[in-house]
Order: sequence, then structure tokens, then C-alpha cells
Amino acid sequence: MVEQSRVALELRDVAKSFGAVAALRSGTLVVERGSIHALVGENGAGKSTLVKIVAGVHRRDSGTFRLHGEDVDFASTAESKGSGVAVIYQEPTLFPDLSVTENIFMGRQPRSRFGRIDRGAMHREALELFARLGVEIDPRRPALGLSIADQQIIEIAKAISLDASVLIMDEPTAALSGVEVERLFAVARSLRDEGRALVFISHRFEEVFALCDTVTVMRDGAYVSTDPIAEITVDDIVSRMVGREVADLFPKTPATIGEPVLEVEGLERAGVFHDVSFTVRAGEIVGLAGLVGAGRSEIARAVFGVDGYDAGSVRLAGRPVKPRNPRAAIRSGMAFVPEDRRKQGLVTDGSVARNVAGVIRGGLARAGLLTSAAENRAAGPWAAKLEVKTSALDMHAATMSGGNQQKVVIAKWLATDPTLLIIDEPTRGIDVGTKAEVHRLLSELAGEGLAILMISSELPEVLGMADRVLVVCEGRITADIDRADATPENVMRAATNATSHTAEEVPA
Amino acid sequence: MSDTAVRPSAASPVSRVLNDLLRSRELAVAVVLVLLVAVTTLNSSSFLFGSTGWRDLLLTPSMLVLLAVGQTCVLITRNVDLSVGSTLGLTAYLTGRLFIDTNLPIVVVVLAGILMGAVLGLVNGVLVAWGRVPALVITLGTMYIYRGAFLTWAGSDRINADDMPSTFRNLGTESVLGIPVLTIVAVVVLAVVGYYLRTAGGGRELYAIGSDPDAAALYGLKVRRRILFAFVLSGALAGLAGVVSAARFGTVSSSVGTGVEFEAVGAAVIGGVAIFGGSGTVWGAALGAFLLVTINRALPVLGISDFWQQAVVGALIVAAIILDRVLVRRQEKALVAARDTPAGSTSPGPPTATPVVAGASPSTSGTQEAVR
Amino acid sequence: MSTLTQPTGTASTPAPEVRTYASYSRPYWQRVVLSREFAVIALLVAVFVYSQSQVDYFDGPQTLYYLFRDTASILLLALPMTAIIVTGEIDLSVASIVGLTSVAFGMLHVDAGMSVTLAAVLAVAIGAVCGAFNGFLVAYVGLPSIAVTIGTLALFRGIGAGLLGTESRTDFPDSWTDLAKERIVEGQPYPMILIPFAVLAVLFALMLHFSSFGRGIYEIGLNDEAAHFTGVDVARTKAVLFVLSGTVAGFVGIYTTLVTGVARAENSTGLELPVIAACLLGGVSIFGGKGALHGVIAGVLLIGVIQRAMLLESFTINIINITIGVLLVLSVMSTSLLALGRRAVAAGRGARDSRRPPSAPASGR
Repeated sequence: MVEQSRVALELRDVAKSFGAVAALRSGTLVVERGSIHALVGENGAGKSTLVKIVAGVHRRDSGTFRLHGEDVDFASTAESKGSGVAVIYQEPTLFPDLSVTENIFMGRQPRSRFGRIDRGAMHREALELFARLGVEIDPRRPALGLSIADQQIIEIAKAISLDASVLIMDEPTAALSGVEVERLFAVARSLRDEGRALVFISHRFEEVFALCDTVTVMRDGAYVSTDPIAEITVDDIVSRMVGREVADLFPKTPATIGEPVLEVEGLERAGVFHDVSFTVRAGEIVGLAGLVGAGRSEIARAVFGVDGYDAGSVRLAGRPVKPRNPRAAIRSGMAFVPEDRRKQGLVTDGSVARNVAGVIRGGLARAGLLTSAAENRAAGPWAAKLEVKTSALDMHAATMSGGNQQKVVIAKWLATDPTLLIIDEPTRGIDVGTKAEVHRLLSELAGEGLAILMISSELPEVLGMADRVLVVCEGRITADIDRADATPENVMRAATNATSHTAEEVPA
Repeated sequence: MSDTAVRPSAASPVSRVLNDLLRSRELAVAVVLVLLVAVTTLNSSSFLFGSTGWRDLLLTPSMLVLLAVGQTCVLITRNVDLSVGSTLGLTAYLTGRLFIDTNLPIVVVVLAGILMGAVLGLVNGVLVAWGRVPALVITLGTMYIYRGAFLTWAGSDRINADDMPSTFRNLGTESVLGIPVLTIVAVVVLAVVGYYLRTAGGGRELYAIGSDPDAAALYGLKVRRRILFAFVLSGALAGLAGVVSAARFGTVSSSVGTGVEFEAVGAAVIGGVAIFGGSGTVWGAALGAFLLVTINRALPVLGISDFWQQAVVGALIVAAIILDRVLVRRQEKALVAARDTPAGSTSPGPPTATPVVAGASPSTSGTQEAVR
Repeated sequence: MSTLTQPTGTASTPAPEVRTYASYSRPYWQRVVLSREFAVIALLVAVFVYSQSQVDYFDGPQTLYYLFRDTASILLLALPMTAIIVTGEIDLSVASIVGLTSVAFGMLHVDAGMSVTLAAVLAVAIGAVCGAFNGFLVAYVGLPSIAVTIGTLALFRGIGAGLLGTESRTDFPDSWTDLAKERIVEGQPYPMILIPFAVLAVLFALMLHFSSFGRGIYEIGLNDEAAHFTGVDVARTKAVLFVLSGTVAGFVGIYTTLVTGVARAENSTGLELPVIAACLLGGVSIFGGKGALHGVIAGVLLIGVIQRAMLLESFTINIINITIGVLLVLSVMSTSLLALGRRAVAAGRGARDSRRPPSAPASGR
């Protein structure tokens, strides 16, 4: 056990439930001053919940929570900030209408006489922060329209300006390129050397090993282990994260690959993606890999017609699909399981039955009349097939776990009898068990001849599931790699832009 | 625009302020206002130079300016206050009643009117901030309630000019250095609130709350307290407007203040205040109020039946929100297009420069200012 | 495209033991009785029974007749308003469309010498055009409906006022004005206007509760992004509803003109507020996605009965307005007060309210 006085942040056996769902069963994390502590685990392992408890967003149900040796219990984010805890979330939370500077200092602006905000001092400080981070952003421009990387930088500047003793970064590098990651690491190291405690959450092990001193592994909402980074290997971490051999997770069954189903030609949308061409064949799982924000989801959305595109064409089974019209895409045989299931995938305040029957309901009407009974009759078998866990079909999707919700979304789309399934982040935020179920299902569906376009930020998932990997970088497809040739190294290189001088710096 | 937008240190404060001003919505509304006054005056010189022309030009909008300022504070927090018309009626009647029933000095009566408005605003604020019901619904309800309370209290009474001391009524017509007293009151309020919104921490937090309420909560801002404050301010200013209306018109009838809530919202929207919060200034709202009132007065002079006033006002509101949307669309397009051509990238093909500067490309900064 | 009612087709083979689900988690009577709509209907019945027995003259021959005649406009306007609020939008301009179509109807008949029928058809068409204007700006330009309809509230009424000024047109054939006031069966308290209302109410109920289009309306209100991803044409749905709203308002404009015998710009000024109040009282959520037509109709009638009864008890219209205002605030607060209570219970177990729940939010909005 570490010496108490050196411990900055200490959480032991912390639990947190949301309704019936236990997001965190037993979280333990002990972070020393002057160290960078990695927190790793799969999506849904409870890392984000743990972070939100430290941040004061959630209150724990039970367990110990100490800051610099003192028991604390934050009821609000203001309290945690006041105690010197800064958190950088996965998704930046900025005020789009306000200037970059105001975003950094909101709520604690430097004051001059009469409580007046000292704008001059504020801008100077912002410039100093940016200089320290080695970036050039106009502090007076509004946050609206900043790229995700820029927004992340502002979050970091905000955290640094707080002069926090504990700094938590929840996947700060997901959207950053190589240079930006290096710059962030330099800042993190200098903060560590000042004696601060840092928690770094990342899915990229090479970053964990390059940056951190200690690593804590979580699985299924519980603590697994803590080790100095020098005494552990990637394989150890992965097996602890997953709790079984990795191969089990990706039951990829070989499928006969047939005719082209989806043909995308020269798809172009200004500022988002450029000259995107690819094909997905029957029975084939094509993985779309790349950094967050590279434009993968945007390409998928354009193909499905949720967004428009400026040039190019989409053909399904040889027939052109009308742009910017999801109905036309559905009619042509496309199905789309989107990235954010709570916002895009389903109507969480709607019943299971209405969600599952949501796309096919037009055909359920008799003489133009649609009844709940007809929807229930249609939805029941599909829910059963996906083994959705619910007590009744009128239960709201909001009360269900992430994995169950994902099953509802998949059921809804399989009910349309599609020929192409586009699935964006198929297993994000769902438990390990359901994850394996989803992977098995995708494999089976491909085996039956369904063409699948799968977007995933989890490299193991892409490598384990895909017959072919397309890598997207800054809106362009930079690589098309066969299953046999795909390695984490060549996918990452293509994802961080091989043409850039930074490519060599990406640790493999 | 040049590189100055990206490299902040290079831009001199003067040129920056000038640039912001030139692209501001406030200036655009002001120019329209000046043109309107000029054209109308060319038609009939008494519109500006007549014995009461100048005075009325400044005096008539003072009531709506007060309401628009209060409404702006509420709107920027992503709320709305529809009860201001009823609050105005209630306080106008209170003012008359106090003069009839008591011998309180004028100052106390004015303060009582403001206090009454603040209390009514407090009720709105508590219900909105703690009731978790949208302001539209709450203030729709209190609009009924306050109006009903006013009419019940007043019964068939009507406050007449004789009921109020002449010194008070004179406030409605007197001028200091050629500027009507009530206009001075409105401008002082405008300046104080404008200063607060721009330079005080609390004022900036109102913008933050309206810009993204969830982020505001994550930042640890005191969201409820700020929203409460905005409603109290709006109520207090509606109260002041009630007093002003009593002084200006000398009478209080049962219909005073009906429908002004929509005019106040309209003035703010015309002045560039976003209906969904986060942006806009009280200066713009005040100019919007000036424009609305002046159009009403100018139409008959321009030979258009004043029955068309309302239609013109409506068309103006619709035009203003369409204009806002067009500007935002253009800005978004520019921002997106800017990502394709990052600064410092010399060779065509895939961009290689760090995206950090890409977002802050020079071509975009101008349009943003235009939207503000 | 699929009209499958059974999962067949290309997907994987069904599991050997197929799970089955109950359709409903609660028995039928609970779903009916524990609903917001039932509460409003029960309150309506209670107030009605009380008024019948305790309020003098409430059971008189004219009371119900005037109740229906006077609330008919609100009843009619509440039908499309319900659908619009369910999508999360609002239409503040309906009363102004009533005013404008009243003016147009009067001028087309009296000034232009058209037959009542032709003038009425044209006036309804004008209402539809007004609705289409709102709908275009809201659905296709993407402007906030509250701002748009505050603008058109002034614009439409303003056009009416500009056309007719403070004048009015009163020269309508007696046969038509009598028809508007006539009873369906002589001696019964049901005015003729209830027939078109009943027809429209059935049509709107079918659209809202028994059609794929209606399901889309609710989905848009609950989560418009998910609706878009599911293939619901969000823009077209909203535009259609605004056109319907304008059309019904045009019809109300004619009814109001005939029943009062006067066409003028000020007709039905401020009527949008009782219409919206009745919708919210009847259980429609201002956030969208929730509400049912029978609750709204009960809400309108509840306001009507309270008004009538209080008038007979010689309360002034002001007290009545206060009552309606309080009722409105209480009814919308009741939902969040209940939620607050539930949250307080949850807080006791440590589940604190959070704006950004991580995995499974108990309440989505």
C-alpha cells in the first residue's frame, strides 16, 4: 500500500446504480501525487461513471471517496472544482455562442474593480495557456464551429487554468492526431512534474505505456487490478480487461462473399469527406476504421440519406439510391444502426413494441388503420429473436440497459429484411456478454448473405470482425486492407495519415 | 478580413472593435432606423422637426425599450416571459391607486411599482427554475392570472389624469436638455443592464446558460439562481414600464399592456436576440423596439393606412428570423469549408497541417461577428 | 418496404425456444384509470355534476347550448394544435388566421359579391395558405415555431386589419347565420357546429392515434433525430400539420363570422391562448411526444363548464381567467411535482438527478 500522504485521490468499493442498472459495482482507484495513472477497461466497464462521481456529476451509492486524505462527497460539479478536481470529458462541453476565452474562464473570470470582468487579463491568460499548449487559436472567436480536436484543447486549457491538483482526462486523445497527442503528453508530463495527480483514460495501449506510471484495470463495473506500468504487459492488461481470451470475443465465421450490394462512388461533402468510393458485397463485413471525427459516421449517414452529399453516387444492388432520403434508402434495402442509440437509434420514451415496429409499421396498417395490437404482434417475435430482456412490450426503452437497447435497435432494423446493414459502433457502451452476442449475430447475418458495413473505434473489434478494413483519415479513405493483412500498426498508420510527417511518431 | 483574426496579438484593439461594430446586427438595425426616420422626414418635415416630432420620436419607444431589455435578459437564458403585459397593467393600476389612496411621495410610488413587478417576476422565476416547466407555459398561465388579478382589482374603475399629481404626469412630457425624462430613464436602464450583461460574471453566465444549459450545469454555474434573477429583472422592468405608462398616458384603462409581450419579444428578435438563447444584446433589442414603434408612427406619414402597422411589424419579425437563419447557414458553410483548406497548407491533396489551426481559419471569423 | 408480420426472411434461424412477451405491463383498467386523460375526464364529470346540482340555472335549457356554441371555436382549433404541440412545435397564429379569414370571407361575400359557399371555400383556402406559410418556415427553413408564429400572429391579424381597418361586414344571408346557430335537434342543447366538429375529431383521432403518420408525429416529439433516422419525413409531417391548423382556423373564421354575424379583423383576438391552455390542461406535454385527443377535448370542455358555472354564480370574467390560469399552471406543474417526488424518493437511495446520465437515464427529458 502506498504511503497515505502521497495519495491525492482515493476511491474504494464505490458503487452506483441507475434504476435497475448497476453502472458501477465496486470501483477502486488510488492515485498518487506526481503520477499519471491509467484507467483502462472496456466500454461499459464503469470508468466514466467513476469519473463522474469524482467530478460531482453523480453521487455514489456507497463506498469510500477521499481527496488528499479527507473524506469528500461532491453534490455538484462546482464543489469538485472548488476542491481542485478538473475533468476533461470524452465529449467537450463548450458554450457555442461564447468566445473561446469565455469558455475557459466561465464562472471564475478574473475581476478588476467593481466586479467587472477583466477582459484584457482574461485574453492574456488564454494566450499564455495556448502558448504553453503550443497551439494557435484566436481566443476571441466563438466556440461554434471548432473542430473536436480544438474543442479538446480548450477543455485542456480550462483544466490547466483551474490549477487543479487532480486532473482526469477521459479519452482525450480519441480525436487527436499524432502531433496533438505528443503535445498533450508533454503538457501532462509537466503537470505531473509539478506534483499533480493525473488520471488518463484511453483505449490505446501504446499511449498508456508511453505516458503513464501506473495502471488500474476495470471490468464489468468492478476493480480488477493496479500495477506499475513497468511490471505489466499489454497482453496482461487485455486479458484482465476482457476476462477471457480475446479470440472468444470475435466468433467470426467464414462466409461466402457474393455480388456487390453497396457501391459508393466519389462521394463528396465539402468539409466533411472527399472522393469516397468503396463496395460492400453480400456476406461481407467491411470495417470502417479511423480516428473519432475522421468522417466515418458522416460517410455512413450520407450513404443512408440522413445527411446530404455534394457529389458522387450510392447504388444498392445495382440501383441508384436517392440522396438525402432515408425512406428511399430503407425501401432499397438498407438498414442503419446509428452511433448514438439513445439520441438516434431509438425513441427512449417510446415502448419496446413501437420502437421495434418503428420502421415496418407502414405495412402493418389494415385499411389505413394502425393499432397497437398489430404493432405488438409484429414486434414480439423480433424482440424474442434478439432475446431482448423486458417484462412487457409496453416498457419504455429508457429503462433498459445499453445492451438491451442495442438489441431493440437491431431488432427494429432486421424486421425490415434488409440486404445491407450499416452498423455504427455496434458494441459501444454495452456489457461484455451482450457484446459477444452482437458479434455472433453479425457473423451469422453475414453468413446468411447480408452485406454489413461496420464502423468501430475499437481496433480489436474491427480486426476481429471485418473481412476487409477501410481506413478513413480526415474525410478520405486512406487504406483498403484485407483481413489477412490487417494489423493494428498498418490500420493506425493509415488512420493518423501516412502522408503526414507525424506518421513515424505514432507508436505501434 | 486578414490574418489578424487568427493571430490575435496582431490586431489592434481599435480596428477590432471597429470591425465588430461594422458587422454587428445593432448597426444594421440602427441604419434601417435612421433611413426610416430620414425618408419619413423628407415626406413630412414635422415628423422630426415639428413641435412634438423630436420629443415623440424619443419618448414613444421608452416603454417598449424597458420591456425589450427585460425580455432580452430572459430570452438569452433560453426562456421567455409572456406575462410582462399583464405585469405592466397591474403596476400601472397600482401606481394610480397609490396616488388616490395614499399621500406617498412620487419616488416611493415608483419604487412600489418596480417592487410589485419584481415580485410578480419572482413568482415566474420560482415556477420556471424549480418547477421544471418551460417558461412559455408558466408565463402563459401567470399572464392570465396577473391580468385577471388586475381586472378584478380594478373592477370598473379607471384611473384618470386628475387622480395623479401633476408633477408625476409632467414626468411623462418633460424634457431635460431636449431629451424627454422617460427616455432618459429607459436609456439609463438600458446602459446599466447592457453593462451588466457584458462585463459582469453573472451577466456572462446568463449567456452561458442559454447557449448550453447542460454544459452550464457541468461547469457548476448556479443555473436556477441566474434564471430566477432574469425573471425578477424582467418583472421589475415591466413594473417600471407600468409606472412609465401611467405617467406618459395619464390614464390607466383595463386594456393597458395587452399584447405588448409579443411586441417585446418581437423587438428583441428584430434586434438580433436569438429566441433559443445564448446570443444577442440589449442594445439590439432596444433598437428593435425603437424601430417597431417608429414604423408605427411613420406609416401614416408615408401615406400607408396605420391599419397596416401590425402587418408590417409581423413581416419585420419574420424577416428578422429568416435573416438570422441565412447568416447562421452561411457561417456554418464557411466554417465547414474552412476545414478543407487549413492555414499553412501549401500543397494540394490531403491536408497535413495540424487541425488545431484549421478550425480558426481567417475566412470564417468575419461571418461569426456578423451573426452576433 | 417489408410488410412482414412474422420474422422470416434472410436473418438467422430462430432460437429453439422462443421467448414471448406480455403486450402490457399493467392490466387494462390501470392503463385507463392511471392516465392523465382519465384524470381530466374525471375532473370534467365531477365539475359538471357539481354544477348541475349546486349552480342555479346550470341545468337550464340554454346553458349547455351556449357552452357548446361558445367553446366550438376552441374545440376545433385544439384538434390540430394538439398534433402540433405533440411534435414539439407550437402555433400562436391560429387566432390571427381566424381573424384574417373572417375578414376575407366578409369581403369576398359582401364586397366582391360572391356566394357564401364560394367565399367560404376561398377563405378556408386562405387559411390553408397561411398555415402553409408557417409550415414552410418552420419545417423547411428550420426556424423555431414560437418565433415564426409570434411574427405571423402580428402579420396575419395585421393584414386583416389593413384590409378592413375598423370597419366590419355584417351583410350575411339569414339562412346562413341561422344555420350557424341552429340546433341539431330542436329542443336539444346541441348546436349544429358539433356535427363538423365530431367529424373532424374522429378524423384527427384516427390520424393521431391510428396511423403510421400519427406514430411519426409522436416520435418527432419524443426524439426528432431518431424519427429522422427511422425514415419519418420530419419536415413534411410538420408542414402538413401547420397546413391543417391553418385550414381548420379558416373554417373557424367562417363559423365565427356567421355565428356572430360580423366579419372584422378583431374577431377571436387572443383565442390562441385558451386553445393552448386547453391542450396543456388536457395532458399534452409542451415538450412534445405526449398527449391524447380525448384528454384535450375534455380539457376544452372543462374550461367551458367552469366558465359557464362561474358566470352563473356571477363571478366576473376576471376571476374566471385567474382560475383558468391557476389550473393551467397547476396542471403542468403536477407532472413535474410528481417527478420531483419520485426523484426525492430516488435521491434517498443515492440516485441523484443528473443532466447527463451515463448509461440508463430514468427519465429521458
